[in-house]
Amino acid sequence: MTIMHSIQDHQVRVVLKGDLDLKTADPLREALDKLCERYRDRNIVLDLAEVDFIDSSGLGVILGRYRRLESQGRTISLAGVKASVRTVLELAGIDSIITIVEAGRGRFEAPASK
Amino acid sequence: MNRVHLRFLSLADNVGLARVSVAALAGQGRFSLSDIEEIKVAVSEAVSNAIIHGYQRRTDGWVELDLELDDAGLTIVVEDWGVGIEDIEQARQPSYSGDPERMGLGFVFMESFMHGLEVESTLGQGTRVQMRRLANVSGELSRDAQ
Repeated sequence: MTIMHSIQDHQVRVVLKGDLDLKTADPLREALDKLCERYRDRNIVLDLAEVDFIDSSGLGVILGRYRRLESQGRTISLAGVKASVRTVLELAGIDSIITIVEAGRGRFEAPASK
Repeated sequence: MNRVHLRFLSLADNVGLARVSVAALAGQGRFSLSDIEEIKVAVSEAVSNAIIHGYQRRTDGWVELDLELDDAGLTIVVEDWGVGIEDIEQARQPSYSGDPERMGLGFVFMESFMHGLEVESTLGQGTRVQMRRLANVSGELSRDAQ
């Protein structure tokens, strides 16, 4: 799994690439916790545009971070969710808890040329 | 008709291996791509349960995956020889999990994405999960259209 982040406005945008399962749950949890600590005044956006698979191990990491941020008055939202991933999110009821940004919204814009 | 038998260690890396194997076999049958995605989730949950609960994250246990594909569907058996489940009915309830980071949705996903689920377990001896996904004609058409 590849995890990259950037800062946009007041948000930390985390781009994930790969499957979210038992193998990747621990490194993802560790990476997100570090970002939550480092950027204490920012919300998190998880970009899942390059995530083709998620199971309950991956969902657990996301929900755990949501609970942690919520207790601090912050939010985590999901962007670029593919249909196969959305099916799992909906079955778990995550879509009624965590905001899912529709495709094309909240995407990074190219930095202005100097 | 095709059959596959896999035996692998209880490593988290092997969850993906199991998924890919099942997807490859399901691709030979009458399943749409979305069917196969759902089957992959069910298998991922069953194998993850074997590793996390059956072997309690020990990495030296064996997990066996038996797959049988026929015209009517795909039968999947995931078996471990770990600690077993004390109360299967309780384990199948949503939000049942000994780990606060896990959602207890493993069996819910298996039941929702498959057309039959049987769980047999004996404390101290292990757990056997059998699932079946029925094939569909429309899936075959949509797959051929890819």
